[in-house]
Amino acid sequence: MTMIHEHDFGTPASKKSEQVSLEIDGKSITVPAQTSIMRAASMAGINIPKLCSTDSLKAFGSCRLCVIQVDGRNGTPSSCTTPVADGMKVVTQSEKLDRLRKGVMELYLSDHPAECATGDECEVHVVAKKIGISESRYAAVSTHLDLAKDESNPYFTFDSTECIVCNRCVRACDEVQGTFALTIENRGFEARVSSSGTSFIDSECVSCGACVQACPTGALTEKTLLTIGAPTSSVITTCAYCGVGCSFKAEMRGDELVRMVPLKDGGANEGHSCVKGRFAYGYATHSDRITKPMIRNAITDPWKEVSWEEAISFAAAGLKKIQAESGRNAIGGITSSRCTNEEVFVVQKMVRAAFANNNVDTCARVCHSPTGYGLGQAFGTSAGTQDFESVEHSDVILLIGANPTSAHPVFASRMKKALRKGAQLIVVDPRVIALVRTPGVVAAHHLQLMPGTNVAVINALAHVIVTEGLAKRNFIDARCEEKSFKEWEAFISLPENSPEVLEASSRVPAEEIRKAARLFASAPNGSIYYGLGVTEHSQGSTMVMGIANLAMVTGNIGRKGVGVNPLRGQNNVQGSCDMGSFPHELPGYRHISNADTRKIFNDKWGVTLDAEPGMRIPNMFDSAIAGNYRGLYIQGEDIAQSDPNTSHVHAALRAMDMVIVQDLFLNETAKFAHVFLPGTSFLEKDGTFTNAERRINRVRPVMKSATGKSEYEVTCDLATAMGYPMSYGSGAEIMDEIAATTPTFAGVSFKKLDEVGSLQWPCNEENPEGTPTMHLETFMRGLGQFNRTPYVATDEKATRKFPLLLTTGRVLSQYNVGAQTRRTANNIWHTEDILDLHESDAQLRGVADGSWVKLSSRVGETIMRARITDEVPAGVVYTTFHFPESGANVITTDFSDWATNCPEYKVTAVEITPSAQGPGAIVETHIDGDVQLASIIRMVNQIAANFTVTDAPEVKVAHHIVQFWTPVMIERLHKDVDKSLLSPIAQKALEVMLVTK
Amino acid sequence: MKIYVPGDSAAISVGADDVAAAIASKVGDSTIIRNGSRGALWLEPMVEVETDKGRVAYGPVNIEDIDSLIAADFMHGGTHKLSLGESEKIEWLASQDRVTFKRVGIIDPLSLADYEAYGGLVGLRRAISMSSEAIVDEVKESGVRGRGGAGFPAGIKWKTVADAVSDQKYICCNADEGDSGTFADRMLIEGDPYTLIEGMTIAAIAVGATEGIVYLRSEYPYAIKTLQRAIDIAHAFGWLGSSVLGSKYAFELKIRVGAGSYVCGEETAMLESIEGKRGVVRAKPPLPALEGLFGKPTVINNVLTLSTIPAVMADGAAAYKARGVGRSLGTQVFQLAGNIKRGGIVEMPFGISIEEVVNGYGGGTLSGAPLRAVQIGGPLGAYFGTDKFETSLDYESMLAAGGMLGHGGIVVFDDSVDLAQQARFAMAFCALESCGKCTPCRIGSTRGVETIDLIIQGVKVDENKKLLLDLCEVMTDGSLCAMGGLTPMPVKSAMINFPEDFTGEVSRR
Repeated sequence: MTMIHEHDFGTPASKKSEQVSLEIDGKSITVPAQTSIMRAASMAGINIPKLCSTDSLKAFGSCRLCVIQVDGRNGTPSSCTTPVADGMKVVTQSEKLDRLRKGVMELYLSDHPAECATGDECEVHVVAKKIGISESRYAAVSTHLDLAKDESNPYFTFDSTECIVCNRCVRACDEVQGTFALTIENRGFEARVSSSGTSFIDSECVSCGACVQACPTGALTEKTLLTIGAPTSSVITTCAYCGVGCSFKAEMRGDELVRMVPLKDGGANEGHSCVKGRFAYGYATHSDRITKPMIRNAITDPWKEVSWEEAISFAAAGLKKIQAESGRNAIGGITSSRCTNEEVFVVQKMVRAAFANNNVDTCARVCHSPTGYGLGQAFGTSAGTQDFESVEHSDVILLIGANPTSAHPVFASRMKKALRKGAQLIVVDPRVIALVRTPGVVAAHHLQLMPGTNVAVINALAHVIVTEGLAKRNFIDARCEEKSFKEWEAFISLPENSPEVLEASSRVPAEEIRKAARLFASAPNGSIYYGLGVTEHSQGSTMVMGIANLAMVTGNIGRKGVGVNPLRGQNNVQGSCDMGSFPHELPGYRHISNADTRKIFNDKWGVTLDAEPGMRIPNMFDSAIAGNYRGLYIQGEDIAQSDPNTSHVHAALRAMDMVIVQDLFLNETAKFAHVFLPGTSFLEKDGTFTNAERRINRVRPVMKSATGKSEYEVTCDLATAMGYPMSYGSGAEIMDEIAATTPTFAGVSFKKLDEVGSLQWPCNEENPEGTPTMHLETFMRGLGQFNRTPYVATDEKATRKFPLLLTTGRVLSQYNVGAQTRRTANNIWHTEDILDLHESDAQLRGVADGSWVKLSSRVGETIMRARITDEVPAGVVYTTFHFPESGANVITTDFSDWATNCPEYKVTAVEITPSAQGPGAIVETHIDGDVQLASIIRMVNQIAANFTVTDAPEVKVAHHIVQFWTPVMIERLHKDVDKSLLSPIAQKALEVMLVTK
Repeated sequence: MKIYVPGDSAAISVGADDVAAAIASKVGDSTIIRNGSRGALWLEPMVEVETDKGRVAYGPVNIEDIDSLIAADFMHGGTHKLSLGESEKIEWLASQDRVTFKRVGIIDPLSLADYEAYGGLVGLRRAISMSSEAIVDEVKESGVRGRGGAGFPAGIKWKTVADAVSDQKYICCNADEGDSGTFADRMLIEGDPYTLIEGMTIAAIAVGATEGIVYLRSEYPYAIKTLQRAIDIAHAFGWLGSSVLGSKYAFELKIRVGAGSYVCGEETAMLESIEGKRGVVRAKPPLPALEGLFGKPTVINNVLTLSTIPAVMADGAAAYKARGVGRSLGTQVFQLAGNIKRGGIVEMPFGISIEEVVNGYGGGTLSGAPLRAVQIGGPLGAYFGTDKFETSLDYESMLAAGGMLGHGGIVVFDDSVDLAQQARFAMAFCALESCGKCTPCRIGSTRGVETIDLIIQGVKVDENKKLLLDLCEVMTDGSLCAMGGLTPMPVKSAMINFPEDFTGEVSRR
């Protein structure tokens, strides 16, 4: 392996289409207008010496090494700041230029260490050598060679003695990251880079690494580079944190990972990174990692390390025993959005082929399943419509229930770039997220709604657009179903959907909604970005459809700068869903009831697939508590910490007889497991991740598997031990099977990916190079479908006992259940979950800033520290769920999205009381009664409520149930439910189901 | 009864406020007008009294003189040892050709009536009646060049901005008058602020701008106060605002006060500063005329340039360009300072010689010792000896002589000056004021000081002189802006014109 070197053209590419021809050192070259002379020269193979310029930043013109001469012009301008012109004749080498460059370099050398700690990383010495000068004639009385290092950041050092004040770090912080944490202090000779007058760690710095990346010397250096030494080889791979899916060069020295360097050529990140991807990879080699399989008979027994063979046969025997006793549907599996497409595909194949049922679900159930449902209904497929770059073409951005600066930092930087360029922003969020007001960004509108009222807001926005005549009729006529639009138009125009009426629920002033609606409708390009603040609600799917309606009614689909864009929480949420992880769907979002689709797999796999949908995760829990579901294989997900209503989850896990956990660490779920199969980190995997823009990126093994096996191999071994032989020679082979069975992936192969870097699906015969923007001429489903979206208030309401509404989210430095980030130096920024509350709520309860508080809901209690802030309005509190000690999900309830059972994490009625002691005092409530029946009743009523405004709602309800519910649940619905507990529509739906049966 | 006691900073610095207060307390039944200074600074505080035969001047007046002045019936033009006679007949003033400064010192700076009575608003009224193109053409035709120092033709700059397509354009007035020995911008603003406002308004109409900003240095508190009051009054009376003089043109004007940085007088650093950023120079292109303040097309002109425009528009291009020589047309406001007998403002057509200004108007050194050197054009201007005194003061001749006209400041030194120390001062000034962006200026200026120190100390003199000249080349040809680019001018001119000061031997005295 060798080092991958990305060429630096000095200045960014010009986006002009007009071409200009010129001559540089006698070489003719044609480049886009506005290209800098430096870049043009570089394209012609002439590399003009430079220090202050780099092609990720706008030209600055400070180092004066890149001076050139132009025929017919005076002076020696800098080539980085001078654009090309037609017919121009440029000279980059002459006696005069040589003198000037040496003179400038002599000045640099007069205030720079003779030898730098990072060796050839320091461009000063490299360039000095290139222009033929090694020392300075100046006496150099004043220097900066005795300045102290700033070592405060855990990941990088700032050594001002090596700093040449080229401003690349400051500019990177401004232009690339958009945080404006760095500046230059003082002026003239005393001008020095400063993290705004304080240490890096105490500054606004978000540790994204852009400054380190930009620094041409050793002034800003990864600490690992200094401790491990210069890398000797590199591998291009993909980050395993959020759904942005940044490409990195993993730079190695021998077997040791020196650093992760963001790849300029990475389609998703274009050379940028965040603190997690860039630095927080240490968990992969953390001493907590389990690398040997372990088993135990009971969860009260100690773990016993065993061989792979023993672990697999123990697991298989347990599962087979359960199937023999309780039927083939009594076991299932959960795939992970953290794993590769190939690993996910193999797990769902194992469940469907070896377990012989469809009880496969994915952790996407608890995050973006409503996206799958909602976008599937409206557009015909579950996917964001754009690539990330699209946001830079937006004029108005509607951001709903997402906090990109914390959860999708690299995309947030792109969005901020667009906003600084003049795009306007509308934020819909109960909290004052950073993008409401941050350096360089002020949102035009912040619709600060109450948690749980998204649909009220989206309906009100659409109401204004339709009733004020702002709908884009041309687009609707050409691209959407006329009937569905007419029905929706009539529905949305009803006074009950007006902002004035809905203000009572959402608490967003009607006039603010009207202004925001007009702004969005008036945008030449309006785009919508959303996150889990949309999906994790009882009306998550309704809201996604509402978003799709808004995009269609304003004509914002099918070109750059527009679209509906779910920001995916995990690295491979998109991919795990694409790979057939849902119990009702085969890979490529094809319903299991479709015989043609089943045939493809039956033929390929030599099995007969069950035509009925299997269980969703919450159904599995309910069935487990009921005693009918006893064995579960869980890959890379910590359901005991991440899923809502911890008491319920724990009860379900305790009730099972064979819980198999495949993970890097002994996580919370492993406490209930009988078999622990050690997993592999992303640095050991060979496969692909698919990010939020449908971009399939290669994940390449950087180091050997710590367990001796790849994860898909282990899955295959289990399937084989279950009696269905499975084996693959490589990840590439699995992708070939995916391509062979799944039309949207037909053109994808590792070979192709290695050639082009990445591909955005659909990638097939029609789109051999992939599809950056979807639905260009027509929707995947043909015509776009408008869906009526009645606002149905959640049953989770603030009460006298629980008067506050809790909503949850993520902070920048930590990630989900924290299994990875808690095992890195990221803890320096965030060491515990904090409860944010408004001052008025704090005063009322005698809560002091920084004190312990007990947080309780109807399902549980926990204790954490309080922070008084105006980022939340009165009546709303907020926390994260990164730490098992506080276990925020002890509080969250079983309530879920009506269509997909995505948990309603974002709304929980709670109360807060001061507490004398610290975290860890989690109180679980006892689970009793027939929880499955209670869920069934709640779900069917919820479904009915969301179809009230359609024609023949009972048929829609019946159809929905048949499509997504397991036969067992449907049977219980008919047999065990007290019909008087059902709404009239639900009751009628039952009759319809009986008739059609 | 009207008594004029200048409210100009220079006059105040020598006691004008005390004089005004003393007169007010001792002379009843009179109006004291705080006019600008007429520019004969060695006569300040110069008190004028309105009499039947016109204004009669006395000066320099100290508070101790008030009683004797009263005794001499100065209120009616009585004779006194400080009598200067009729103001209009003071030869030093009467012989000048005042165009830009024609009202300064004569009118009450904030009186709209005075302003109009002395020819104000004629140019603006004419501009309003003309097309934008015609205004730009007239300014081009007049040959007015930028008075900030670079001498770029104002009309061409205006044309670039006028032709740019944009939803917003700006007029920025550079009043960050930081050159040593210059004070014309301040005196104009303190003495005749409406001229600047009128000039900026004409520029706005010509290029299609609706907002103007005057970037005024914090060291000029009186100018800030006067201009702000003038803007407020002009706004209240409809000279500024949504309909300038009732026309279709809107123009709003604001002051931005600098924060003590010399380099913010460089136009792009000034834009950064107005935008609220560090005062750091921008690379050009893009030209500010196309992408200036907040990225919008922007006219940036000096106070004197903009204040000359009303006269050009009132009297026509032909009248203006009838003055001057070659391509340096019109008048230049010279500012005499340093070791000079008669310091102050001398406005004369381009083409007057150094000799005429320095020894003629200036009367030689104040100390009486022989005049050894002058520095023309501010701290970055060249040092000339008397052998160059016949040089014509115009852009081209000065350049040919190895110097520059700059903002028109002339600082005089007698024979006690050590030009090596002056060269060192140039580098030290650059080191102090460099924005710190480009390497030649940021590091070079400090190395320049260190190298000159070695020469002065006699350490490896020839080697260090060679190194200093090499450094000068790197700074001249390599710097991003004129700050670093021109710092070598005083250094090299001192080395060339006064080589005897760079021998490394202990100072001549």
